[in-house]
Amino acid sequence: MKKTLAVYQKELKHFFYSPIAYIVIAAFAIITGVFFYLYLSSFVEAAFMDMIRSQQFRTPPQKFNINLQLIRPYFWNLALISLFVLPLVTMRLYSEEKRSGTVELLYTTPLTTTNIVLGKFFAGLTFYVVMLLPTMFYQALLFIYGNPEFWPVFSGYLGLILLGSAFIGGGLFISSLTENQIIAAIGGFGLALLLWVIGWAANFSGPGLAAVLNYLSVINHFEDFAQGVIDSQHVIFYLLLTTFGIYLTYRSVESIKWRA
Amino acid sequence: MIEVKNLTRYYGDKMAIRDVSFTVQKGEVLGLLGPNGAGKTTTMRILTCYMPPTSGEARVAGYDIWEQPLEVKKRLGYLPENPPLYNDLRVSEYLEFVARIKEVPSNKLKSAISSAVEKAGLTEVYRQVIGSLSKGFKQRVGLAQALLNEPEVLILDEPTVGLDPRQIIEIRELIKSLGGEHTIILSTHILPEVEMTCGRVVIINKGEVVAEDTPEGLTRRLKGTERLVIEMDGDGEVAEKVLQKFPEITAIQKEAQKNGHIRYTIEVTSDIRRDLARAIVDNGLGLYELRTESYSLEEIFLDLTTKEEVA
Repeated sequence: MKKTLAVYQKELKHFFYSPIAYIVIAAFAIITGVFFYLYLSSFVEAAFMDMIRSQQFRTPPQKFNINLQLIRPYFWNLALISLFVLPLVTMRLYSEEKRSGTVELLYTTPLTTTNIVLGKFFAGLTFYVVMLLPTMFYQALLFIYGNPEFWPVFSGYLGLILLGSAFIGGGLFISSLTENQIIAAIGGFGLALLLWVIGWAANFSGPGLAAVLNYLSVINHFEDFAQGVIDSQHVIFYLLLTTFGIYLTYRSVESIKWRA
Repeated sequence: MIEVKNLTRYYGDKMAIRDVSFTVQKGEVLGLLGPNGAGKTTTMRILTCYMPPTSGEARVAGYDIWEQPLEVKKRLGYLPENPPLYNDLRVSEYLEFVARIKEVPSNKLKSAISSAVEKAGLTEVYRQVIGSLSKGFKQRVGLAQALLNEPEVLILDEPTVGLDPRQIIEIRELIKSLGGEHTIILSTHILPEVEMTCGRVVIINKGEVVAEDTPEGLTRRLKGTERLVIEMDGDGEVAEKVLQKFPEITAIQKEAQKNGHIRYTIEVTSDIRRDLARAIVDNGLGLYELRTESYSLEEIFLDLTTKEEVA
Protein backbone atom coordinates (compact mmCIF):
# COMPACT_ATOMS: atom_id res chain seq x y z
CA MET A 1 0.00 0.00 0.00
CA LYS A 2 2.75 2.45 0.97
CA LYS A 3 4.70 1.49 -2.10
CA THR A 4 1.64 1.85 -4.33
CA LEU A 5 1.21 5.33 -2.89
CA ALA A 6 4.85 6.14 -3.65
CA VAL A 7 4.38 5.08 -7.28
CA TYR A 8 1.09 7.01 -7.46
CA GLN A 9 2.66 10.22 -6.20
CA LYS A 10 5.63 9.83 -8.51
CA GLU A 11 3.31 9.42 -11.50
CA LEU A 12 1.33 12.50 -10.53
CA LYS A 13 4.58 14.46 -10.40
CA HIS A 14 5.41 13.28 -13.92
CA PHE A 15 2.01 14.50 -15.07
CA PHE A 16 2.14 17.90 -13.49
CA TYR A 17 5.83 18.60 -14.17
CA SER A 18 5.31 18.03 -17.86
CA PRO A 19 4.05 20.71 -20.25
CA ILE A 20 2.05 18.07 -22.11
CA ALA A 21 -0.23 17.73 -19.09
CA TYR A 22 -1.13 21.41 -19.16
CA ILE A 23 -1.67 21.34 -22.90
CA VAL A 24 -4.00 18.35 -22.52
CA ILE A 25 -5.88 19.98 -19.64
CA ALA A 26 -6.16 23.29 -21.50
CA ALA A 27 -7.24 21.65 -24.76
CA PHE A 28 -9.86 19.60 -22.95
CA ALA A 29 -11.13 22.67 -21.09
CA ILE A 30 -11.34 24.74 -24.29
CA ILE A 31 -13.01 22.05 -26.41
CA THR A 32 -15.53 21.14 -23.72
CA GLY A 33 -16.05 24.84 -23.04
CA VAL A 34 -16.81 25.60 -26.69
CA PHE A 35 -19.21 22.70 -26.84
CA PHE A 36 -20.85 23.86 -23.63
CA TYR A 37 -21.32 27.32 -25.10
CA LEU A 38 -22.81 25.89 -28.29
CA TYR A 39 -25.19 23.59 -26.46
CA LEU A 40 -26.22 26.39 -24.11
CA SER A 41 -26.73 28.86 -26.97
CA SER A 42 -28.91 26.53 -28.95
CA PHE A 43 -30.89 25.68 -25.84
CA VAL A 44 -31.44 29.35 -25.02
CA GLU A 45 -32.31 30.13 -28.63
CA ALA A 46 -34.87 27.32 -28.77
CA ALA A 47 -36.45 28.49 -25.50
CA PHE A 48 -36.47 32.12 -26.67
CA MET A 49 -38.05 31.26 -30.04
CA ASP A 50 -40.71 29.28 -28.26
CA MET A 51 -41.44 32.20 -25.96
CA ILE A 52 -41.97 34.54 -28.96
CA ARG A 53 -44.13 31.97 -30.70
CA SER A 54 -46.30 31.47 -27.64
CA GLN A 55 -46.82 35.22 -27.35
CA GLN A 56 -47.62 35.60 -31.07
CA PHE A 57 -50.11 32.77 -31.23
CA ARG A 58 -51.26 33.05 -27.65
CA THR A 59 -50.48 29.38 -27.01
CA PRO A 60 -49.04 28.12 -23.73
CA PRO A 61 -45.21 27.86 -23.83
CA GLN A 62 -43.61 24.41 -24.14
CA LYS A 63 -41.88 22.83 -21.21
CA PHE A 64 -38.11 23.10 -21.59
CA ASN A 65 -36.14 20.69 -19.49
CA ILE A 66 -32.53 21.75 -19.07
CA ASN A 67 -31.47 18.34 -17.80
CA LEU A 68 -32.90 16.55 -20.79
CA GLN A 69 -32.07 19.07 -23.48
CA LEU A 70 -28.73 20.40 -22.37
CA ILE A 71 -27.04 18.38 -19.67
CA ARG A 72 -27.72 14.95 -21.12
CA PRO A 73 -26.33 15.59 -24.62
CA TYR A 74 -23.44 17.45 -23.02
CA PHE A 75 -22.44 14.35 -21.08
CA TRP A 76 -22.45 12.36 -24.30
CA ASN A 77 -20.24 15.00 -25.74
CA LEU A 78 -17.84 14.82 -22.79
CA ALA A 79 -17.67 11.03 -23.13
CA LEU A 80 -16.74 11.34 -26.79
CA ILE A 81 -14.06 13.96 -26.14
CA SER A 82 -12.68 11.76 -23.34
CA LEU A 83 -12.34 8.97 -25.88
CA PHE A 84 -10.02 11.18 -27.91
CA VAL A 85 -8.05 12.68 -25.05
CA LEU A 86 -7.52 9.76 -22.67
CA PRO A 87 -5.04 7.92 -24.92
CA LEU A 88 -2.83 11.01 -24.53
CA VAL A 89 -3.03 10.59 -20.76
CA THR A 90 -2.18 6.89 -20.74
CA MET A 91 0.38 6.79 -23.54
CA ARG A 92 3.41 7.64 -21.43
CA LEU A 93 2.33 5.88 -18.24
CA TYR A 94 4.29 2.74 -18.95
CA SER A 95 6.10 3.17 -22.23
CA GLU A 96 8.19 6.05 -20.87
CA GLU A 97 9.60 3.77 -18.15
CA LYS A 98 10.49 1.22 -20.78
CA ARG A 99 12.11 3.76 -23.08
CA SER A 100 14.20 5.46 -20.42
CA GLY A 101 15.26 2.21 -18.76
CA THR A 102 13.72 3.07 -15.41
CA VAL A 103 11.87 -0.25 -15.49
CA GLU A 104 15.20 -1.65 -14.34
CA LEU A 105 14.79 0.34 -11.15
CA LEU A 106 11.16 -0.68 -10.67
CA TYR A 107 11.81 -4.37 -11.27
CA THR A 108 14.89 -4.60 -9.04
CA THR A 109 13.39 -2.96 -5.97
CA PRO A 110 10.90 -4.70 -3.67
CA LEU A 111 7.98 -3.26 -5.65
CA THR A 112 5.40 -5.83 -6.66
CA THR A 113 3.77 -5.73 -10.07
CA THR A 114 0.51 -4.83 -8.32
CA ASN A 115 2.17 -1.80 -6.69
CA ILE A 116 3.39 -0.56 -10.04
CA VAL A 117 0.22 -1.15 -12.04
CA LEU A 118 -2.22 0.19 -9.44
CA GLY A 119 -0.09 3.24 -8.69
CA LYS A 120 0.00 4.12 -12.36
CA PHE A 121 -3.68 3.41 -12.95
CA PHE A 122 -4.89 5.60 -10.10
CA ALA A 123 -2.53 8.40 -11.12
CA GLY A 124 -4.07 8.30 -14.61
CA LEU A 125 -7.56 8.33 -13.13
CA THR A 126 -6.72 11.26 -10.86
CA PHE A 127 -5.44 13.20 -13.82
CA TYR A 128 -8.68 12.52 -15.68
CA VAL A 129 -10.72 13.81 -12.75
CA VAL A 130 -8.60 16.99 -12.75
CA MET A 131 -9.33 17.31 -16.47
CA LEU A 132 -13.05 17.14 -15.75
CA LEU A 133 -12.94 19.93 -13.15
CA PRO A 134 -13.45 22.82 -15.64
CA THR A 135 -16.54 21.11 -17.03
CA MET A 136 -17.92 20.94 -13.50
CA PHE A 137 -17.42 24.70 -13.34
CA TYR A 138 -19.42 25.13 -16.58
CA GLN A 139 -22.28 23.09 -15.20
CA ALA A 140 -22.15 24.94 -11.91
CA LEU A 141 -23.11 28.06 -13.90
CA LEU A 142 -26.36 26.32 -14.81
CA PHE A 143 -27.11 25.89 -11.13
CA ILE A 144 -26.39 29.55 -10.47
CA TYR A 145 -28.63 30.90 -13.28
CA GLY A 146 -31.16 28.10 -13.47
CA ASN A 147 -32.53 25.25 -11.48
CA PRO A 148 -31.54 21.95 -13.04
CA GLU A 149 -31.82 18.72 -11.11
CA PHE A 150 -28.64 17.76 -9.27
CA TRP A 151 -28.70 13.96 -9.37
CA PRO A 152 -28.53 13.52 -13.15
CA VAL A 153 -25.40 15.69 -13.10
CA PHE A 154 -23.93 13.58 -10.33
CA SER A 155 -24.73 10.30 -12.11
CA GLY A 156 -23.37 11.73 -15.34
CA TYR A 157 -19.99 12.42 -13.75
CA LEU A 158 -20.00 9.02 -12.08
CA GLY A 159 -20.61 7.48 -15.51
CA LEU A 160 -17.84 9.55 -17.08
CA ILE A 161 -15.37 8.51 -14.41
CA LEU A 162 -16.32 4.84 -14.77
CA LEU A 163 -16.06 5.06 -18.55
CA GLY A 164 -12.74 6.89 -18.15
CA SER A 165 -11.43 4.12 -15.83
CA ALA A 166 -12.18 1.53 -18.48
CA PHE A 167 -10.32 3.58 -21.12
CA ILE A 168 -7.41 4.22 -18.75
CA GLY A 169 -7.16 0.51 -17.91
CA GLY A 170 -7.06 -0.37 -21.60
CA GLY A 171 -4.69 2.46 -22.41
CA LEU A 172 -2.33 1.44 -19.62
CA PHE A 173 -2.27 -2.08 -21.02
CA ILE A 174 -1.38 -0.86 -24.51
CA SER A 175 1.27 1.42 -22.99
CA SER A 176 2.84 -1.54 -21.18
CA LEU A 177 3.35 -3.32 -24.50
CA THR A 178 5.53 -0.76 -26.19
CA GLU A 179 8.28 1.72 -25.44
CA ASN A 180 6.96 4.07 -28.09
CA GLN A 181 4.49 6.68 -26.83
CA ILE A 182 3.00 7.31 -30.26
CA ILE A 183 2.20 3.64 -30.71
CA ALA A 184 0.76 3.57 -27.19
CA ALA A 185 -1.48 6.56 -27.97
CA ILE A 186 -2.71 5.20 -31.30
CA GLY A 187 -3.22 1.72 -29.86
CA GLY A 188 -5.09 3.09 -26.86
CA PHE A 189 -7.28 5.20 -29.10
CA GLY A 190 -7.98 2.26 -31.41
CA LEU A 191 -8.95 0.03 -28.51
CA ALA A 192 -11.27 2.66 -27.01
CA LEU A 193 -12.87 3.37 -30.38
CA LEU A 194 -13.41 -0.34 -31.00
CA LEU A 195 -15.23 -0.68 -27.68
CA TRP A 196 -17.25 2.40 -28.59
CA VAL A 197 -18.55 1.19 -31.95
CA ILE A 198 -18.76 -2.52 -31.22
CA GLY A 199 -22.48 -2.22 -30.44
CA TRP A 200 -23.11 -1.11 -34.01
CA ALA A 201 -21.89 -4.48 -35.29
CA ALA A 202 -24.60 -6.10 -33.19
CA ASN A 203 -27.18 -4.87 -35.75
CA PHE A 204 -25.65 -7.13 -38.37
CA SER A 205 -25.03 -10.30 -36.42
CA GLY A 206 -26.99 -13.26 -35.10
CA PRO A 207 -28.93 -13.03 -31.85
CA GLY A 208 -26.31 -14.74 -29.69
CA LEU A 209 -23.37 -12.66 -30.88
CA ALA A 210 -25.50 -9.51 -30.92
CA ALA A 211 -26.16 -9.86 -27.20
CA VAL A 212 -22.45 -10.20 -26.49
CA LEU A 213 -21.51 -7.26 -28.72
CA ASN A 214 -24.22 -5.10 -27.23
CA TYR A 215 -23.02 -5.94 -23.77
CA LEU A 216 -19.42 -5.09 -24.65
CA SER A 217 -20.32 -1.74 -26.14
CA VAL A 218 -19.17 0.95 -23.73
CA ILE A 219 -21.78 3.45 -24.90
CA ASN A 220 -24.81 1.25 -24.26
CA HIS A 221 -23.86 1.29 -20.60
CA PHE A 222 -23.41 5.03 -20.54
CA GLU A 223 -26.99 5.86 -21.56
CA ASP A 224 -28.47 5.39 -18.09
CA PHE A 225 -25.80 7.48 -16.36
CA ALA A 226 -26.42 10.38 -18.75
CA GLN A 227 -30.15 10.17 -17.97
CA GLY A 228 -29.61 10.25 -14.24
CA VAL A 229 -30.03 6.56 -13.48
CA ILE A 230 -27.36 4.70 -11.55
CA ASP A 231 -27.87 1.04 -12.33
CA SER A 232 -25.55 -1.39 -10.55
CA GLN A 233 -25.45 -3.54 -13.68
CA HIS A 234 -23.69 -0.77 -15.59
CA VAL A 235 -21.42 0.10 -12.68
CA ILE A 236 -20.35 -3.55 -12.56
CA PHE A 237 -19.75 -3.58 -16.31
CA TYR A 238 -17.33 -0.67 -16.17
CA LEU A 239 -15.60 -2.01 -13.08
CA LEU A 240 -15.16 -5.39 -14.78
CA LEU A 241 -13.77 -3.80 -17.91
CA THR A 242 -11.37 -1.68 -15.85
CA THR A 243 -10.26 -4.69 -13.81
CA PHE A 244 -9.69 -6.63 -17.00
CA GLY A 245 -7.50 -3.87 -18.39
CA ILE A 246 -5.49 -3.73 -15.16
CA TYR A 247 -5.20 -7.52 -15.15
CA LEU A 248 -3.88 -7.56 -18.73
CA THR A 249 -1.34 -4.91 -17.77
CA TYR A 250 -0.32 -7.04 -14.81
CA ARG A 251 0.17 -10.07 -17.06
CA SER A 252 2.09 -8.07 -19.61
CA VAL A 253 4.46 -6.76 -16.91
CA GLU A 254 4.86 -10.20 -15.36
CA SER A 255 5.51 -11.82 -18.73
CA ILE A 256 9.08 -10.52 -18.70
CA LYS A 257 9.72 -13.27 -16.18
CA TRP A 258 8.65 -15.96 -18.58
CA ARG A 259 10.48 -14.82 -21.67
CA ALA A 260 13.45 -16.97 -20.84
CA MET B 1 26.96 -13.99 0.12
CA ILE B 2 26.47 -14.53 -3.58
CA GLU B 3 26.51 -17.96 -5.15
CA VAL B 4 26.10 -18.37 -8.86
CA LYS B 5 25.80 -21.85 -10.31
CA ASN B 6 25.79 -22.72 -14.00
CA LEU B 7 23.77 -19.69 -15.06
CA THR B 8 22.76 -19.83 -18.68
CA ARG B 9 20.66 -17.35 -20.54
CA TYR B 10 19.48 -17.33 -24.13
CA TYR B 11 17.75 -14.49 -25.95
CA GLY B 12 15.76 -16.55 -28.38
CA ASP B 13 18.42 -18.60 -30.14
CA LYS B 14 21.23 -16.31 -29.18
CA MET B 15 23.35 -17.40 -26.23
CA ALA B 16 24.17 -14.54 -23.88
CA ILE B 17 25.88 -16.45 -21.08
CA ARG B 18 26.64 -20.13 -20.56
CA ASP B 19 27.48 -21.99 -17.37
CA VAL B 20 28.59 -18.94 -15.46
CA SER B 21 29.54 -19.92 -11.91
CA PHE B 22 31.29 -18.00 -9.18
CA THR B 23 30.89 -17.10 -5.54
CA VAL B 24 31.45 -13.88 -3.67
CA GLN B 25 32.23 -13.80 0.04
CA LYS B 26 30.75 -11.28 2.41
CA GLY B 27 32.53 -7.95 2.20
CA GLU B 28 34.39 -8.84 -0.96
CA VAL B 29 34.62 -6.65 -4.05
CA LEU B 30 34.40 -8.78 -7.16
CA GLY B 31 35.18 -7.44 -10.58
CA LEU B 32 33.32 -8.80 -13.56
CA LEU B 33 35.58 -8.12 -16.46
CA GLY B 34 35.01 -8.62 -20.14
CA PRO B 35 34.73 -6.88 -23.47
CA ASN B 36 31.46 -5.23 -24.46
CA GLY B 37 28.81 -7.82 -25.16
CA ALA B 38 30.51 -10.53 -23.10
CA GLY B 39 27.48 -11.09 -20.87
CA LYS B 40 28.32 -8.94 -17.85
CA THR B 41 25.08 -7.00 -17.92
CA THR B 42 23.06 -10.18 -18.51
CA THR B 43 24.67 -11.80 -15.47
CA MET B 44 23.92 -8.77 -13.34
CA ARG B 45 20.37 -8.52 -14.55
CA ILE B 46 19.79 -12.10 -13.54
CA LEU B 47 21.33 -11.56 -10.10
CA THR B 48 19.12 -8.52 -9.51
CA CYS B 49 16.00 -10.52 -10.43
CA TYR B 50 15.39 -8.22 -13.40
CA MET B 51 15.07 -11.24 -15.64
CA PRO B 52 15.27 -14.98 -15.11
CA PRO B 53 18.02 -17.29 -16.29
CA THR B 54 17.21 -19.92 -18.90
CA SER B 55 18.81 -22.44 -16.55
CA GLY B 56 21.07 -22.52 -13.54
CA GLU B 57 20.60 -21.02 -10.13
CA ALA B 58 21.84 -18.20 -7.98
CA ARG B 59 21.54 -17.16 -4.37
CA VAL B 60 22.00 -13.58 -3.26
CA ALA B 61 22.26 -12.74 0.45
CA GLY B 62 21.06 -16.26 1.22
CA TYR B 63 17.90 -16.14 -0.90
CA ASP B 64 17.23 -17.87 -4.17
CA ILE B 65 16.63 -15.38 -6.99
CA TRP B 66 13.85 -17.52 -8.40
CA GLU B 67 12.11 -18.64 -5.20
CA GLN B 68 12.30 -15.42 -3.16
CA PRO B 69 13.03 -12.51 -5.47
CA LEU B 70 11.38 -10.02 -3.11
CA GLU B 71 13.75 -10.94 -0.27
CA VAL B 72 16.69 -10.62 -2.65
CA LYS B 73 15.53 -7.22 -3.87
CA LYS B 74 15.19 -5.93 -0.31
CA ARG B 75 18.89 -6.59 0.29
CA LEU B 76 20.09 -5.26 -3.02
CA GLY B 77 21.40 -2.02 -4.41
CA TYR B 78 21.69 -1.97 -8.18
CA LEU B 79 23.15 0.60 -10.49
CA PRO B 80 22.32 -0.38 -14.08
CA GLU B 81 24.53 0.60 -16.98
CA ASN B 82 22.31 3.59 -17.75
CA PRO B 83 21.34 5.08 -14.41
CA PRO B 84 17.55 4.70 -14.11
CA LEU B 85 16.63 8.33 -13.53
CA TYR B 86 13.52 10.42 -14.01
CA ASN B 87 14.75 13.57 -15.70
CA ASP B 88 11.74 15.63 -14.66
CA LEU B 89 12.16 15.04 -10.92
CA ARG B 90 14.50 16.82 -8.54
CA VAL B 91 17.32 14.80 -6.98
CA SER B 92 15.55 15.10 -3.61
CA GLU B 93 12.23 13.87 -5.00
CA TYR B 94 13.86 11.03 -6.88
CA LEU B 95 15.77 9.77 -3.86
CA GLU B 96 12.69 10.03 -1.68
CA PHE B 97 10.72 7.97 -4.19
CA VAL B 98 13.40 5.28 -4.38
CA ALA B 99 13.72 5.16 -0.58
CA ARG B 100 9.99 4.63 -0.27
CA ILE B 101 9.79 1.84 -2.84
CA LYS B 102 12.80 0.24 -1.16
CA GLU B 103 10.82 0.09 2.08
CA VAL B 104 13.02 2.43 4.06
CA PRO B 105 10.89 3.10 7.17
CA SER B 106 9.45 6.61 7.11
CA ASN B 107 11.18 7.68 10.33
CA LYS B 108 14.56 6.77 8.81
CA LEU B 109 13.82 8.25 5.40
CA LYS B 110 15.59 11.54 5.98
CA SER B 111 18.74 10.08 7.51
CA ALA B 112 18.97 7.38 4.81
CA ILE B 113 18.70 9.99 2.06
CA SER B 114 21.16 12.41 3.62
CA SER B 115 23.73 9.68 4.19
CA ALA B 116 23.44 8.49 0.58
CA VAL B 117 23.66 12.08 -0.66
CA GLU B 118 26.79 12.61 1.37
CA LYS B 119 28.44 9.38 0.26
CA ALA B 120 27.77 10.09 -3.39
CA GLY B 121 28.76 13.77 -3.09
CA LEU B 122 25.42 15.21 -4.19
CA THR B 123 24.92 17.92 -1.58
CA GLU B 124 25.38 20.80 -4.03
CA VAL B 125 22.83 19.51 -6.56
CA TYR B 126 20.30 18.11 -4.08
CA ARG B 127 17.57 20.58 -5.09
CA GLN B 128 18.24 20.46 -8.84
CA VAL B 129 16.19 18.80 -11.52
CA ILE B 130 17.94 15.59 -12.60
CA GLY B 131 17.61 16.39 -16.31
CA SER B 132 19.80 19.48 -15.86
CA LEU B 133 22.70 17.58 -14.27
CA SER B 134 25.95 16.61 -15.97
CA LYS B 135 26.60 12.98 -16.82
CA GLY B 136 28.92 12.62 -13.84
CA PHE B 137 26.31 13.85 -11.41
CA LYS B 138 23.65 11.66 -12.97
CA GLN B 139 25.91 8.68 -12.45
CA ARG B 140 26.29 9.67 -8.82
CA VAL B 141 22.55 10.05 -8.36
CA GLY B 142 22.31 6.48 -9.68
CA LEU B 143 24.90 5.41 -7.15
CA ALA B 144 23.12 7.22 -4.30
CA GLN B 145 19.93 5.45 -5.29
CA ALA B 146 21.66 2.08 -5.02
CA LEU B 147 22.97 2.91 -1.54
CA LEU B 148 19.67 4.13 -0.09
CA ASN B 149 18.52 0.95 1.62
CA GLU B 150 21.98 0.19 3.05
CA PRO B 151 22.05 -2.95 0.94
CA GLU B 152 24.02 -6.03 1.87
CA VAL B 153 24.82 -6.55 -1.78
CA LEU B 154 25.73 -3.84 -4.26
CA ILE B 155 25.72 -4.59 -7.95
CA LEU B 156 27.24 -1.87 -10.10
CA ASP B 157 27.21 -2.10 -13.87
CA GLU B 158 30.10 -0.02 -15.23
CA PRO B 159 29.95 2.56 -12.44
CA THR B 160 32.63 4.89 -13.84
CA VAL B 161 31.45 5.16 -17.43
CA GLY B 162 31.15 8.75 -18.62
CA LEU B 163 32.90 10.34 -15.67
CA ASP B 164 35.90 12.62 -15.87
CA PRO B 165 39.21 11.35 -14.46
CA ARG B 166 38.82 13.10 -11.14
CA GLN B 167 35.32 11.74 -10.65
CA ILE B 168 36.50 8.28 -11.65
CA ILE B 169 39.08 8.35 -8.88
CA GLU B 170 36.45 9.54 -6.40
CA ILE B 171 33.98 6.84 -7.35
CA ARG B 172 36.68 4.18 -7.14
CA GLU B 173 37.67 5.40 -3.70
CA LEU B 174 34.03 5.30 -2.70
CA ILE B 175 33.60 1.75 -3.98
CA LYS B 176 36.73 0.68 -2.15
CA SER B 177 35.46 2.18 1.06
CA LEU B 178 32.09 0.48 0.64
CA GLY B 179 33.73 -2.93 0.37
CA GLY B 180 33.91 -4.72 3.70
CA GLU B 181 30.61 -3.28 4.81
CA HIS B 182 28.83 -4.25 1.59
CA THR B 183 29.44 -7.12 -0.77
CA ILE B 184 30.04 -5.67 -4.19
CA ILE B 185 30.03 -6.94 -7.73
CA LEU B 186 31.09 -4.42 -10.30
CA SER B 187 31.46 -4.87 -14.00
CA THR B 188 33.82 -3.01 -16.21
CA HIS B 189 35.85 -3.27 -19.34
CA ILE B 190 38.46 -0.92 -17.96
CA LEU B 191 41.27 -3.00 -16.52
CA PRO B 192 43.02 -0.58 -14.17
CA GLU B 193 39.70 -0.17 -12.45
CA VAL B 194 39.70 -3.82 -11.51
CA GLU B 195 43.31 -3.70 -10.37
CA MET B 196 42.53 -0.73 -8.15
CA THR B 197 39.23 -1.67 -6.61
CA CYS B 198 38.63 -5.40 -6.73
CA GLY B 199 39.82 -8.16 -4.48
CA ARG B 200 38.96 -10.77 -7.05
CA VAL B 201 38.28 -10.85 -10.77
CA VAL B 202 36.06 -13.02 -12.92
CA ILE B 203 36.84 -12.64 -16.59
CA ILE B 204 33.96 -13.31 -18.94
CA ASN B 205 34.29 -13.59 -22.65
CA LYS B 206 31.56 -14.52 -25.10
CA GLY B 207 29.28 -15.55 -22.30
CA GLU B 208 31.65 -17.87 -20.50
CA VAL B 209 33.94 -17.52 -17.52
CA VAL B 210 37.50 -17.80 -18.79
CA ALA B 211 39.38 -17.04 -15.57
CA GLU B 212 38.82 -16.29 -11.92
CA ASP B 213 41.46 -15.15 -9.44
CA THR B 214 42.89 -12.18 -7.60
CA PRO B 215 44.40 -9.56 -9.91
CA GLU B 216 47.89 -10.55 -8.68
CA GLY B 217 47.10 -14.25 -8.85
CA LEU B 218 45.99 -13.94 -12.43
CA THR B 219 49.24 -12.27 -13.34
CA ARG B 220 51.24 -14.99 -11.62
CA ARG B 221 49.20 -17.98 -12.62
CA LEU B 222 48.71 -17.27 -16.26
CA LYS B 223 52.32 -16.75 -17.20
CA GLY B 224 55.03 -19.30 -16.45
CA THR B 225 57.53 -16.91 -17.93
CA GLU B 226 58.88 -13.65 -16.68
CA ARG B 227 59.88 -10.62 -18.62
CA LEU B 228 63.03 -8.55 -18.37
CA VAL B 229 63.60 -5.11 -19.74
CA ILE B 230 67.19 -4.20 -20.56
CA GLU B 231 68.50 -0.89 -21.71
CA MET B 232 72.07 -0.57 -22.91
CA ASP B 233 74.27 1.33 -25.29
CA GLY B 234 76.89 0.09 -27.75
CA ASP B 235 76.80 -2.13 -30.75
CA GLY B 236 73.49 -3.83 -31.34
CA GLU B 237 75.01 -6.88 -32.99
CA VAL B 238 77.29 -7.54 -30.03
CA ALA B 239 74.34 -7.14 -27.70
CA GLU B 240 72.26 -9.65 -29.57
CA LYS B 241 75.11 -12.16 -29.60
CA VAL B 242 75.36 -11.82 -25.84
CA LEU B 243 71.66 -12.40 -25.42
CA GLN B 244 71.61 -15.39 -27.73
CA LYS B 245 74.15 -17.16 -25.55
CA PHE B 246 71.54 -17.63 -22.84
CA PRO B 247 69.33 -20.70 -23.40
CA GLU B 248 66.86 -19.37 -20.79
CA ILE B 249 65.81 -16.56 -23.10
CA THR B 250 62.80 -17.59 -25.16
CA ALA B 251 61.92 -14.39 -26.98
CA ILE B 252 63.65 -11.12 -27.76
CA GLN B 253 62.04 -7.89 -28.77
CA LYS B 254 64.14 -4.91 -29.75
CA GLU B 255 63.27 -1.25 -29.52
CA ALA B 256 65.65 1.53 -30.56
CA GLN B 257 65.76 4.47 -28.16
CA LYS B 258 66.13 8.07 -29.30
CA ASN B 259 69.32 8.66 -27.35
CA GLY B 260 71.18 5.87 -29.17
CA HIS B 261 70.47 3.31 -26.51
CA ILE B 262 68.86 0.01 -27.32
CA ARG B 263 66.09 -1.46 -25.27
CA TYR B 264 65.23 -5.13 -25.28
CA THR B 265 62.24 -6.81 -23.78
CA ILE B 266 63.01 -10.49 -23.35
CA GLU B 267 61.09 -13.44 -22.00
CA VAL B 268 63.01 -15.75 -19.72
CA THR B 269 62.23 -19.00 -18.00
CA SER B 270 64.24 -18.24 -14.87
CA ASP B 271 65.78 -15.22 -13.22
CA ILE B 272 69.10 -14.69 -15.02
CA ARG B 273 69.60 -11.03 -14.16
CA ARG B 274 72.87 -11.60 -12.31
CA ASP B 275 74.59 -13.51 -15.15
CA LEU B 276 73.08 -11.31 -17.80
CA ALA B 277 74.39 -8.14 -16.20
CA ARG B 278 77.88 -9.61 -15.95
CA ALA B 279 77.82 -10.76 -19.59
CA ILE B 280 76.75 -7.37 -20.83
CA VAL B 281 79.41 -5.51 -18.93
CA ASP B 282 82.11 -8.04 -19.85
CA ASN B 283 81.37 -7.48 -23.51
CA GLY B 284 82.00 -3.79 -23.20
CA LEU B 285 78.41 -2.64 -23.37
CA GLY B 286 76.96 -0.02 -21.03
CA LEU B 287 74.08 -1.25 -18.90
CA TYR B 288 71.52 1.43 -18.06
CA GLU B 289 68.57 -0.53 -16.91
CA LEU B 290 67.73 -4.10 -16.04
CA ARG B 291 64.43 -4.91 -14.42
CA THR B 292 61.71 -7.52 -14.37
CA GLU B 293 58.35 -6.51 -15.70
CA SER B 294 55.11 -8.16 -14.67
CA TYR B 295 52.27 -8.62 -17.07
CA SER B 296 49.49 -6.10 -16.80
CA LEU B 297 45.92 -7.25 -16.66
CA GLU B 298 45.47 -5.79 -20.11
CA GLU B 299 47.83 -8.34 -21.59
CA ILE B 300 46.34 -11.23 -19.65
CA PHE B 301 42.94 -10.13 -20.69
CA LEU B 302 43.86 -9.85 -24.34
CA ASP B 303 45.66 -13.16 -24.13
CA LEU B 304 42.66 -14.93 -22.63
CA THR B 305 40.11 -13.42 -24.91
CA THR B 306 42.09 -13.92 -28.09
CA LYS B 307 42.97 -17.50 -27.18
CA GLU B 308 39.26 -18.10 -26.92
CA GLU B 309 38.79 -16.88 -30.46
CA VAL B 310 41.36 -19.30 -31.85
CA ALA B 311 39.80 -22.28 -30.11
